[in-house]
Amino acid sequence: MAANSHKDLSHTPKHIALTILGTGFFVVLCGLIAFPVLAGLLASFRPGTELIRRGLSIDLNPKTMTLANYKYLFGGNVDSRKYFMWYKNSLVITIVSVVLTLLVCYFVAYGLTMYDFALKNFLFTLVLATMMVPFEILMLPMYKEIIKLGLIDTYTGVIITGLCSASTIFFFRQYLSGLPRDLLSAARIDGANEYAISVSIILPIAKPAFASMGILTAMGSWNAILWPLLVLKGAEKFTLPIGLNTLLTPYGNNYDVLIAGSMFGILPIFIIFLLFQKYIIDGMTAGAVKG
Amino acid sequence: MKSKNFLYSQKVAPYVFVLPFILSFVVFWIYPLITAFTMSFQDIGAIKSEWIGFANYTKLLKDKVFLIAVSNSAKYMFFTLVLLIPFPMLFAVLMDSNIVKAKGVWKAILYMPALTSVVISGTLFRLMFTEYKTGQMNLITQALGLGTYKWLKNGWSGMLALLVLACWRWTGVNMLYFLSGLKAIDTSLYEAADIDGADAKQKFWYVTLPLMKPTTIYVLTISVYAGLSMFLESFMLWAGNSSPNNIGLTIVGYLYKRGIEKNNMGYACAVGVVLLIVALIINFTQLILNGTFKKEE
Repeated sequence: MAANSHKDLSHTPKHIALTILGTGFFVVLCGLIAFPVLAGLLASFRPGTELIRRGLSIDLNPKTMTLANYKYLFGGNVDSRKYFMWYKNSLVITIVSVVLTLLVCYFVAYGLTMYDFALKNFLFTLVLATMMVPFEILMLPMYKEIIKLGLIDTYTGVIITGLCSASTIFFFRQYLSGLPRDLLSAARIDGANEYAISVSIILPIAKPAFASMGILTAMGSWNAILWPLLVLKGAEKFTLPIGLNTLLTPYGNNYDVLIAGSMFGILPIFIIFLLFQKYIIDGMTAGAVKG
Repeated sequence: MKSKNFLYSQKVAPYVFVLPFILSFVVFWIYPLITAFTMSFQDIGAIKSEWIGFANYTKLLKDKVFLIAVSNSAKYMFFTLVLLIPFPMLFAVLMDSNIVKAKGVWKAILYMPALTSVVISGTLFRLMFTEYKTGQMNLITQALGLGTYKWLKNGWSGMLALLVLACWRWTGVNMLYFLSGLKAIDTSLYEAADIDGADAKQKFWYVTLPLMKPTTIYVLTISVYAGLSMFLESFMLWAGNSSPNNIGLTIVGYLYKRGIEKNNMGYACAVGVVLLIVALIINFTQLILNGTFKKEE
């Protein structure tokens, strides 16, 4: 099936029927996948109280639709100010995480790829070893450590533990090992030092790798829950997911902000995804082909 | 000036480059990992901690709630492997064929769930699995004449909700993994199979499947870890870490409950160590069975 590329068959009735079936399958599958988010979007145009009483009911009656939730969310009231504070916190943490993670991982991968030195293979094995232990096991000791370091309830505490991401180092290494080392020798002859070469010669060439990893890091950071939930204590420091989580009270008195805020919170990542779709898939699947 | 030359030499530069990793590895990996082990042999108090040998572990083996958590995580992992490897693989093969139009649109939509925070998707699924008659699941059962059901209050249906959420989130991602695996297969192999008169089914079994092995092992490995350490999905589906009769409690959920909610760090670390050992055993068994460690011929 995978390589049935006989052009001459492509207009036979059988092929047309198969195409309708094949494409139809994905139409149905994508309908199922899109349903919860679309239902949530519809619900965001309905009073929050209705969400608790009736769940995600699909009711397309425009008479019962209202912009009230969004008006309230952008209304400058207490809830609105809180929501946009979380939004801003998430943006700050995401941007700082992305910039620092990319730089750190790029330079580490650069060192592991562009030179031959005694500990090279050993260090790369350690990078891979960190992938074999789920974060959740390290979470409690790390939490105590962050308290001891005085980083509890700070953005530094949220960001610092994830800077050396093994998968990001791995991806950069794969990308950099495809570049010829002659680039380095040529630059050395021109008198450039080792660090200048890594920044001004190789880094610009690695831009696509930066794009892929930047987007994946941004997605991970924007949606991170568990670690920020442990580190951040004050409501004024919460990130968006943590903040939205606090609205999930059994009384449901905040569901209007919750549902409209959730939908508006998906927006930046969806936009980035649509703009940079190609890079995301490249970055995500890098480890899956060679294994 | 001399020290500057030293730092700039080709011998020293690589160590400067990898220094952040070494620091991060020691401070945020080796140290917490060792601490997790040592803490699991201690009774951690607010002021001082006491060594108590294997007491946490012996208590753990008799802890009924822990055994429920292990069983839930194991079931969840098993079913996610069954659901999230073969189906995404078949979807990828179909997506890669010439009988599907507008592929970019479908790929983008199938990837959307992975972009959505678990806080949001968990909330949406909780509303769909609600016990009220307007929830989508109950609308289906009512249409079938079965009446309404308390989905999130019974063991099997709670697990079903978790699995539906897992399939919703990861089908597209895994399909993309398999799709990239398919792209790496040399098309001349299919041409050779065509010449030998192989039909589509034979080509799948004898060409696609064996050559997708690296991708399959990769997906299997990450799925084993993700399945065993699942927590947030359950946390959001039940709006907190407690579910009726612990039907949604997972190993990490129990670790969180003991360590953070009950401030019993030593016991929680023992839970973590058990999780680590189970994860490593399953993964190494899987890798050995798949021949990953065999020398390439």
